[in-house]
Amino acid sequence: MVQQPHQRRIKYQAELDSDFGRQIAAMPGGEKVYSCIQCGACSGICPMSIYMDYSPRRIIAMIRAGMKNDALRSQTVWLCASCYACSVICPRQIKITDLMYALKQRAIQEGAYPKRFPIPVLAREFFQTVQRDGRTSEGRLIARVYLRTNPWRLLKQASLGYRLLRHGRMSMRRESIRSREELQTLLRSVG
Amino acid sequence: MDYLYYPGCSSKGNGIAYEESLKAVFDALDVRMDELPDWNCCGATSYMSVDEWKAVALAARNLGLAERQADGKDGVDMIAACSACYLGLIRAQRYITDYPELGKQVTAGLEAVGISFKNRVRIRHPLDVLMNDIGTERIASRVKHKLAGMKVACYYGCQIVRPYATFDDQQSPVMMDRLMAAIGAETVNWPLKTRCCGGSLSGTVPETGLRLSFILLKEAKKRGADVVATACPLCQFNLECNQGEMRRLFGESLDLPVVYFTQLMGLAFGLPSRALGIQRLFIPLPAHLLSRVQEGGRNVRV
Amino acid sequence: MSGFNSSTNGHPPRIGVFICHCGTNIAGKVNVPEVVEFARTLPFVAVAKEYKYMCSDPGQEMIKHDIQQYGLTRLLVAACSPHIHEETFRKVASEASINPFLFQMVNIRELVSWVTEDGHEATEKAKAMIRAAAKRVLFHDELEPKKYPVKPGVVVVGGGIAGIHAALVMADAGERVYLVEREPSIGGHMAMFDKTFPTLDCAACILTPKMTTVRRHPNITVLSYSEVVEVSGFVGNFKVKVKKKPRYVVEEKCVGCYECIEACVFKEPRFPNEFDLGLGKRKPIYVPFPQAVPPVPMIDPETCIQFRTGKCPKGCVNACGDRDGIDFDQKDEIVELEVGGIIVATGFDTFDASRLPYYGYGIYPNVYTGLEVERLLNASGPTGGEVLLRNGQKPQSVGIIHCVGSRDENTNRWCSRVCCMYSLKLAHLMKERTGAEVYNFYIDIRAPGKGYEEFYDRLLQEGVHFIRGKVAEVSDWAMTPDEENRLVIRVEDTLIGMVRRIPVDMVILSVGLEPQRDAQEVTKLFNISCSTGNWFMERHPKLAPVSTMSAGIYLAGACQGPKDIPDTVAQAGAAAAEVLALTHKSVIEVEPNTAFIDERYCSGCQICVGLCPYSAIYYDEEKKVAVLNEPLCLGCGVCAAACPSGAAQQHLFQDEQLYAEIEGALVGVG
Ligand SMILES: Cc1cc2nc3c(=O)[nH]c(=O)nc-3n(C[C@H](O)[C@H](O)[C@H](O)COP(=O)(O)OP(=O)(O)OC[C@H]3O[C@@H](n4cnc5c(N)ncnc54)[C@H](O)[C@@H]3O)c2cc1C
Ligand code: SF4
Ligand code: SF4
Repeated sequence: MVQQPHQRRIKYQAELDSDFGRQIAAMPGGEKVYSCIQCGACSGICPMSIYMDYSPRRIIAMIRAGMKNDALRSQTVWLCASCYACSVICPRQIKITDLMYALKQRAIQEGAYPKRFPIPVLAREFFQTVQRDGRTSEGRLIARVYLRTNPWRLLKQASLGYRLLRHGRMSMRRESIRSREELQTLLRSVG
Repeated sequence: MDYLYYPGCSSKGNGIAYEESLKAVFDALDVRMDELPDWNCCGATSYMSVDEWKAVALAARNLGLAERQADGKDGVDMIAACSACYLGLIRAQRYITDYPELGKQVTAGLEAVGISFKNRVRIRHPLDVLMNDIGTERIASRVKHKLAGMKVACYYGCQIVRPYATFDDQQSPVMMDRLMAAIGAETVNWPLKTRCCGGSLSGTVPETGLRLSFILLKEAKKRGADVVATACPLCQFNLECNQGEMRRLFGESLDLPVVYFTQLMGLAFGLPSRALGIQRLFIPLPAHLLSRVQEGGRNVRV
Repeated sequence: MSGFNSSTNGHPPRIGVFICHCGTNIAGKVNVPEVVEFARTLPFVAVAKEYKYMCSDPGQEMIKHDIQQYGLTRLLVAACSPHIHEETFRKVASEASINPFLFQMVNIRELVSWVTEDGHEATEKAKAMIRAAAKRVLFHDELEPKKYPVKPGVVVVGGGIAGIHAALVMADAGERVYLVEREPSIGGHMAMFDKTFPTLDCAACILTPKMTTVRRHPNITVLSYSEVVEVSGFVGNFKVKVKKKPRYVVEEKCVGCYECIEACVFKEPRFPNEFDLGLGKRKPIYVPFPQAVPPVPMIDPETCIQFRTGKCPKGCVNACGDRDGIDFDQKDEIVELEVGGIIVATGFDTFDASRLPYYGYGIYPNVYTGLEVERLLNASGPTGGEVLLRNGQKPQSVGIIHCVGSRDENTNRWCSRVCCMYSLKLAHLMKERTGAEVYNFYIDIRAPGKGYEEFYDRLLQEGVHFIRGKVAEVSDWAMTPDEENRLVIRVEDTLIGMVRRIPVDMVILSVGLEPQRDAQEVTKLFNISCSTGNWFMERHPKLAPVSTMSAGIYLAGACQGPKDIPDTVAQAGAAAAEVLALTHKSVIEVEPNTAFIDERYCSGCQICVGLCPYSAIYYDEEKKVAVLNEPLCLGCGVCAAACPSGAAQQHLFQDEQLYAEIEGALVGVG
């Protein structure tokens, strides 16, 4: 991030959403955001933090400060690999990984996630397939995601796909369960 | 039935060799494992970001179906081999207890479709079952070919010990290392054994996701590993199938075989390699490794 | 039933109820005027009043005045905990010539306003408790406090700097002191250090003279390598049994020449020395460190050839010669002491760093704990004060990790208070002795003592690196050539906002302070309690920081909570003064909460005789009833609880009092 001389880095209180911290604290995983001591252990152990625009520790500070837009638009949550390394090292037992999920949901709800980031697309595809069939088949799913986001990559991945098929490790068959309606009823009733 | 078995979606695709070798090994040990009828997707990770509650409901349907199989017993043990499924199912159980509102909705939703649910299933990882129920003694007594001289880097990955350490130490797990020792293999001392392989990021942001896998493999190789043993289809895929792409991105070729720990067990048990899905590996186990395998103190080739 | 007219000469009792606001502490939650109105409606209540601070002089005067004016015969104060002000109001009662035991205190602060969310519920609870007390107090009897003579003498348990200082203060004041230390030498942790923060005085120079004074002091008996095994009695009259473990060298005969150690058949020290945390070696016969007090060697039977095979040429015995100091047949010895007071000064233990595998302790040889490094730096330690790694080399870069095991819900929740400062001390000494680059990794620097911030500043000037971040991992996993074969510390530098990897040759873990592993057993032995985390609990965190809930037993030093040497010594002095205040009294008053046995109801079953832990009850063969020997009774209440016929009762806790209280509390319930 190279700072331009005309760019200002300052936050005015008026730009903040003072309720944001409380809202996140009310979601599963967010319970303990107010216990964070900003020690940075989470971000030190996180294998992805070196690629994130804000480390998990800074995300927590931003949540508490009410920097809703910056937090929801950051790449951080989409780069989280869900490895739980942070959650088990945190001296305040903050469920940071779960917190990342909470933020992902908020970002999707508010349409605030970074554009052209394929993860929300993957999630949505995944959701639709499971809703319909009860199971996913990786081959079909990945193909569809790339078609939506990055067809060029699909071509590049084609040889990998071919090798998987040849080794009997990918099937393009649609997997599904028997009681599909039962599952759909269940999913409709929750949430 | 000794255990119920929850295969998970990837067992029908990329992870097929894990299922094949797991079943073969359990058969060889005379442990019965019955597939959960009409199981559905566990609701793991990426799905969670859309709707956590629905994800819990998905997992809970499997749990409810498992209870149905309990035959009036107080609980039932269900094996989930894929790390994501293993965690997804346990996590759903915890969420249902920790967040009563969610628990109520899910239970009611299940009852409405005729599935009663008491949150009584014990989700078990194969490593847990092998080490704690079956035990190294029984495993060692089944070994036909000691994997002598084979240096294995045990890779646990993230989600079987984190965040819920139900059967091994969260920061430095040892079960797989002990299991490998029981079948005569050597294990390498490798501080990255629980560091993330990149998970699904290897597909979505490959430059970063693959780098995580690359670092792991490079270090394992540096420490003299002949092979990396994994316990999850996604880890195995990342570490093995992407080595070509890693070579392209990072300019270094690794050629380190990556297998399922169950495949190594099967080899040690003397099971036919086809039954273990060995032929599905992209990077085959090199001949010199297989020719070091010992039977009754003599080298044999398998 | 003794009934409630015992002190009212046939007139109906007249109760005064006084309700305290305690500023906003009570009144902020409880609707006090409403409670006063309610109290006025209770039977026999002659007056009910409120006041902002009942314990203040005007509050006390008001009560006295009302006792006279309304001719009160029973007194009830609803305020804070009886631990704090029961004595105050009992005094008020007797000054206004009501027997102080015709009084009952109701705790509507700790038990009501502080723990109830809802104001209405709090008010109702306060009413119920007052109604209960107003019923109970009707059944109170006039009692006299029991008086006992106070025995001279004090037992101090633990010979660290706390125990040493307290012992010296009391001995100088003429008190007889028994200093019980379970290790072979007194000195505690401080004896392990080379220098002490923040002034960097040499620990030995300031501690050793005190240790020798203790040994020479005519009023102090040091019982080293000894442990307290039993405590009985009560304030002013304790009986303490101490077990002296065999050291196989007779203290009385030993002159401290150490010729026996020289002459041991092991020419070189070969066994890990416990005092050096295994970094140095000792022989089977040894003194843990040169300045040990008493300066008497001991033999470790685990490693001594004579003990293991019975066939040693016994160089030690020959060397000792006529002095005849060595005795392989020594056995445990029990010493019984009678004293007026006890100081518990058992100190702390350090956090076991191997509980955090991600810091590599016990995995990588060059990861040390702070305490181990204290030994390496010590001029009389295993390396003579030179810092050498396990491979014999000097480190060129050192990482010091703060807060190891502290401030962490996965291990210990508390701040250990001394680690920041000792980390700074170690940083300074490492730089001074080795010239290494030193990196301190901290979460927050806590340097609040006198001269401490200045010490931090000094370190900053010395060029020690300070990186704010809790280290995530220490490993031998190299990413760059300069990381090869070194320990790599991975941390988020939270001030720069970037992850850093810093390769070092040596890692020092600033392990936190923990209660001693046997803290629970010690609390049972002395009948004291623990705060959260197993630190010994003081009677009041601010106003009675060295007393315990058990009268006559006091706390000093780090056993009460993490503290540095200045605070430890201050607290030890305070404990000494409080004990002296006790032992300098000729008599002591104790609660008249003894038992009594009503012969009329006793069936002679003798259950109580066997149960009484103090053998205060015997069976009268002639009358066929149990009889209490009151001076022996300590008011534990076991007999009263066990008696099937209600004959055995306890003053202040009689059945009728308790039933009345319960009835009062439950009016209108179900
Ligand atoms: C690495 C490190 C460095 C430090 N450096 C400094 C410094 O430079 N400056 C500073 O001010 N503070 C320093 N401290 C803090 C200092 O150690 C404590 O303040 C001090 O030791 C507390 O003294 P104590 O007597 O209460 O406890 P301790 O020193 O722990 O002594 C307790 C004694 O009681 C004995 N004992 C325990 N249980 C029993 C029992 N049941 N029966 C009989 N005896 C028993 C023990 O054997 C021990 O001798 C440091 C602490 C550590 C860990
Ligand atoms: S590890 Fe926990 S306490 Fe430390 S910065 Fe991260 S979330 Fe906050
Ligand atoms: S769970 Fe996410 S945020 Fe936490 S350490 Fe892993 S990648 Fe980083």
